[in-house]
Amino acid sequence: MAETQTAETRVPEYPGVRDGRCPFAPPAELLQQGKPLFRARIWDGSTPWIVTGHAAQREILSDPRVSVNEKLPGFPYPTQAMAETVDHRPLTIFNADGADHVRIRRMMTAPFTRNRMEKLRPAIQQFTEELIDRMLAGPKPADLVTALSLPLPSLMICELLGVPYTDHDFFQEHATVAVKRDATAEESLAGMQALGGYLTQLLEKKLTEPENDVLSDFAARVKAGELELPDATLLAMVLLIAGHETSANMITLGTAALLENPDQLELLRTTEDPAVVANAVEELLRYLTIPHLGQRRIALEDIEIAGETIRAGDGIIVSLPAGNWDPEAFPEPDRLDLTRAARHHHAFAWGAHQCLGQQLARIELQVVYRTLYRRVPTLRLAVGRDELEFKGDSLAYGVYELPVTW
Amino acid sequence: MKIVVDEEKCVAAGQCVVAAPDVFDQRDEDGIVVLLDENPPPRLAGDVRQAAAVCPALAISIED
Repeated sequence: MAETQTAETRVPEYPGVRDGRCPFAPPAELLQQGKPLFRARIWDGSTPWIVTGHAAQREILSDPRVSVNEKLPGFPYPTQAMAETVDHRPLTIFNADGADHVRIRRMMTAPFTRNRMEKLRPAIQQFTEELIDRMLAGPKPADLVTALSLPLPSLMICELLGVPYTDHDFFQEHATVAVKRDATAEESLAGMQALGGYLTQLLEKKLTEPENDVLSDFAARVKAGELELPDATLLAMVLLIAGHETSANMITLGTAALLENPDQLELLRTTEDPAVVANAVEELLRYLTIPHLGQRRIALEDIEIAGETIRAGDGIIVSLPAGNWDPEAFPEPDRLDLTRAARHHHAFAWGAHQCLGQQLARIELQVVYRTLYRRVPTLRLAVGRDELEFKGDSLAYGVYELPVTW
Repeated sequence: MKIVVDEEKCVAAGQCVVAAPDVFDQRDEDGIVVLLDENPPPRLAGDVRQAAAVCPALAISIED
């Protein structure tokens, strides 16, 4: 009996629990297995492969024998709600492989090129300044999440898509439910349906009254017969949801991390060199790795990797935070060093499914970090670090509130 | 240094444009890689190697 238990306990739990004293670090059991991939137990009792090595992650995420098809038996769902709603989920960039994926992704890529994002830089700067003005004019302490972190990426994605920002209370509520780890299947479906209905109406309006935005592009494709209205709605929904939580969490959590590392914050605050700012953003992306529940995959064939055999039908979870803390790729990974070469990080994942909005995220972060600490040089936490509530329960890591004063 | 890009593999992440803007660009219609200079001067070799290293789709190869 005792022996059985020992054998059982050798399989670690995934995603595991972070050490409260060191909330930026990935859970210790992910980093201490001594091998780049191993089996761990997830919420439903199954034991998929967990890939933590940086090099192994690159191999897995660019291997055509590895699929994102969540309808295959054995797929390692992140949550029960995701498992229960799988039949309701149509084909999107997240769950399509090969030619289907290329077709969908190419319809969505045009608005997100580096050049187009660079053209948004002045608007991002202006929105950031206005939000900081408003925060400074308001009461102290302020919550950075509601004052800046969430409104900025929301404003930008609304601007890009052509969604009225005045509706943001409505769609933020539903976008939050969509990425909440413990949302029930009903809550999750209801949120998607509400968002879908809203976006379909907007698309219908843009069929007859097009403007210069992404929804109008999608509406034009519907008009030309290249895209069905429900598919256009889905593309819009993916962009709206993905554009919200991710950058917002990076802004808040990055600020929390920098306030704990004042010498690093000072470097960012005082530099005049955009290349230094850009590099600092890459290091913060590496260090914090917001998508912390892992990229989910399933093996289509047997795959030999790092002395192990992943069998056809085995679930695979690629832990991006663990890969970004692999000392082989990033020496002394627990040190936030804004001058290190970190561009090969996996914060936006790797392979064909690498983040579509990464250039927008980069520019938002470059502008925000640089502007906030320069405009508010005395910025500090208004509560003890121990009082911050970290989002262990969400698909994107962060803190719920960041009370700050100055 | 000679660069070859595979448009079929490209996923329009834009990483190459960030790493080596003098050598790579993206098509306006779909973000797919455009090679501006297939024989870049040696001073850009470091940037180009980084572009190849950070391309998530492994769509850039370098022939020395």
